[in-house]
Amino acid sequence: MISDQPAILEVSALSVSFRMYDKGFDQKDLKVISNLNITVHPGEVLAIVGSSGSGKSLLASAIMGLLPNNAAIKGSMHYKGQPLTPNRQKLLRGTEIAFVPQSVSYLDPLMKIGKQVDGYKKPYPTEKRRAIFRQLSLPDDIEKKYPYQLSGGMIRRVLAATALITEAELIIADEPTPGMSLDQALKALTMFREMADAGKAVILITHDIDLAFKFADRITVFYAGTTVETVSTHDFQTGAAKLHHPYSKALWRAMPQNEFESFPGFQPYAGDLPKGCLFSPRCPHKIPACEAAVPEMRTMKGGEVRCCHAT
Amino acid sequence: MRLEANKVSFRYDKKQPWVLEEKNFAISSGEKIAILAPSGYGKSTLAMLLAGYLQPDSGTVRLNEEPLPTKGVSPVQLIFQHPEKAINPRWRLHRVLAECGSLREDVLSGLGIQKAWLDRFPIELSGGELQRFCVARALMSGADFLICDEISTMLDVITQAQIWNTILAEARNRNMGLIIVTHNYELARKVADRILDISR
Amino acid sequence: MNQILNCRTLNHRHILVLFTSIIGAMVIMAFLSGKLIPDAAAAVNISQKNLAPSLQHLFGTDWLGRDLFFRTLKGLSTSLTVGVTASLISAVIATLIGIAAAMGSKIIDSLISWLIDLVMGIPHIILLILISFACGRGLKGLLIGIAATHWTSLARLVRAEVLQLRSQQYIAVSRKLGKSNRWILIHHMLPHLFPQILVGVILLFPHAIIHEAAISFLGYGLPPEQPAIGIILSESTKYLSSGVWWPAIFPGLTLIIIVLLVDRLGDHLKLLLNPHTAQEQEDTH
Repeated sequence: MISDQPAILEVSALSVSFRMYDKGFDQKDLKVISNLNITVHPGEVLAIVGSSGSGKSLLASAIMGLLPNNAAIKGSMHYKGQPLTPNRQKLLRGTEIAFVPQSVSYLDPLMKIGKQVDGYKKPYPTEKRRAIFRQLSLPDDIEKKYPYQLSGGMIRRVLAATALITEAELIIADEPTPGMSLDQALKALTMFREMADAGKAVILITHDIDLAFKFADRITVFYAGTTVETVSTHDFQTGAAKLHHPYSKALWRAMPQNEFESFPGFQPYAGDLPKGCLFSPRCPHKIPACEAAVPEMRTMKGGEVRCCHAT
Repeated sequence: MRLEANKVSFRYDKKQPWVLEEKNFAISSGEKIAILAPSGYGKSTLAMLLAGYLQPDSGTVRLNEEPLPTKGVSPVQLIFQHPEKAINPRWRLHRVLAECGSLREDVLSGLGIQKAWLDRFPIELSGGELQRFCVARALMSGADFLICDEISTMLDVITQAQIWNTILAEARNRNMGLIIVTHNYELARKVADRILDISR
Repeated sequence: MNQILNCRTLNHRHILVLFTSIIGAMVIMAFLSGKLIPDAAAAVNISQKNLAPSLQHLFGTDWLGRDLFFRTLKGLSTSLTVGVTASLISAVIATLIGIAAAMGSKIIDSLISWLIDLVMGIPHIILLILISFACGRGLKGLLIGIAATHWTSLARLVRAEVLQLRSQQYIAVSRKLGKSNRWILIHHMLPHLFPQILVGVILLFPHAIIHEAAISFLGYGLPPEQPAIGIILSESTKYLSSGVWWPAIFPGLTLIIIVLLVDRLGDHLKLLLNPHTAQEQEDTH
């Protein structure tokens, strides 16, 4: 189903930094994403799981080419085998790569819903849009309403519709179901699962591991702006034994259905990253080699991991 | 001590449908009750009524048979889902802690609040870090009842575990009444003695 | 901007401080020199009348032989004093009224909003003339007049800001932590209001100066013994047709430049005080 096809998106060693004002006149560089590697194949759902402030939402902007002016990007991104240049990003945005944003602020508050989802290219795909709304259980009269008249759940589904209507090959969903119960989230995302099953690729960016478990084929763990491990969902659900990175293990143990155990320490700041492995200040197994240089991503038993110790 | 809502009904506007109709709820000190339901069933509204942020259109909310105090530090504290909205964006974070009246090192270290964060502005910290400040503020205010409205829904599991473990320890020590509003069944099971499903 | 100054990248903060220093320096210089220049320097000297600008008389001399450069500086200093004082008084009135409207009952709010609409509806100049006339022309009448007409837009701004702040979650939380309305106003709201008020004052300032000049030009403001730019301009217009252009052009230009600079300063300050735009960089691509 999945991995036999070549990857539709390959991101390697991606770094994104911002110039920001520091004290007084100084400016410093905030490295919000560093050494990020992900690959997505057609027909799969890849979940990128990380805490808030880990930079995962910026990944979506980086792929779409929508970073603000004071951002600097390094590393490479390839879509369907070809490099993803700014010009190419402009062409692919909204046509082959679609984005489901986080919040209602992405909708124009002064435009009716129907018109917004239809888009600006003629001929307007009105019939298709109506069909998608029906499939998402949205009432028919919603097309004449304004965003402020909709409930949270309806807004989510309208945002999902904006991506579904484009027939994109790659869909990036950024926290598409914040605060929804698992059942509601599953209902909202069923269409994405169906699209993945039909051969499209979906990247799901979330902090909610339960959602990733129910929905994704593979999970990439994100920490302080870098990817630390990628495993199949099945392996992650089995338990800490199948996970290799100490952070992934800590995540598993912290879940309420498991040990509900917390883990000391906190995520380092983008402006204050440690030299070497970003997890080393918190890691119980650290050795001098961890602090010297950032470990490379290594392939391991059906996944990848970025750790000096992983066996 | 006992916190009760008797036949409370509430709607945001005369033209809107009722969010809550004749709902009853009671909690005593030392109890931990989870209010479970998907979004849209009025859990947050009930939480705000119990804490005195909203007044019911009919019915009463009583603390030990008396109406909730309107002046002074409220013995019923509510922690909201979005910490960015509950903190003044122009304040440095040490002021947020000072606002509650007392400072307790054990609460701060239990929640993992770093000294370096105290001098920062809210925009410089993540949601998880900010929520720790909101929880600290509520705990250190000396409340008898703590209502947690989806406080860890937007947070990753490790931060969630850390915050809840601290709250549970404090609730045990002070015999606080704890109301946990959530849609996460596993969390409710782990934290509460009793689960109230208000979607039925 | 960077190309003009021929140096490495200047960011917004650098530019703001640059502007502030330049304007600050100019304003202070103008103010001080106005006060320090002995009246003698701008004294009447008929033998020197109507001389074109030269090294001896930078702005030339007027029909009474007074050196225009010194006269302009003195005039500027008076205009600036009037401008600053009127702006500050206006700002205080606006803040108090704005807060009263937002924190008071619905009735008070409606009353004040109606009052704001009323005062805004009357053309400034007419109201100004009426008030300064009623207060007996001169410095006092002028100050009261300008202060009483310019508070309206800032009051609206303060009212809107306080109304919006009142509904914030952290204000409600503060009440539950036992804080009084007064405490909340001082500790929570003022930090939000202060930058707005500061920008408001700086943007009021050019208005105040121009209006003062206009009123004095029309003859309703300061008497000619206390020369402000308006008076100078008013008297100079009589001589424009005879080819003596410098008494009108130089003072006028000086006024325009100062007003423009202060206005730009206000804009930059607004950008930097708003956390959303504060991190924008000069567009170098």
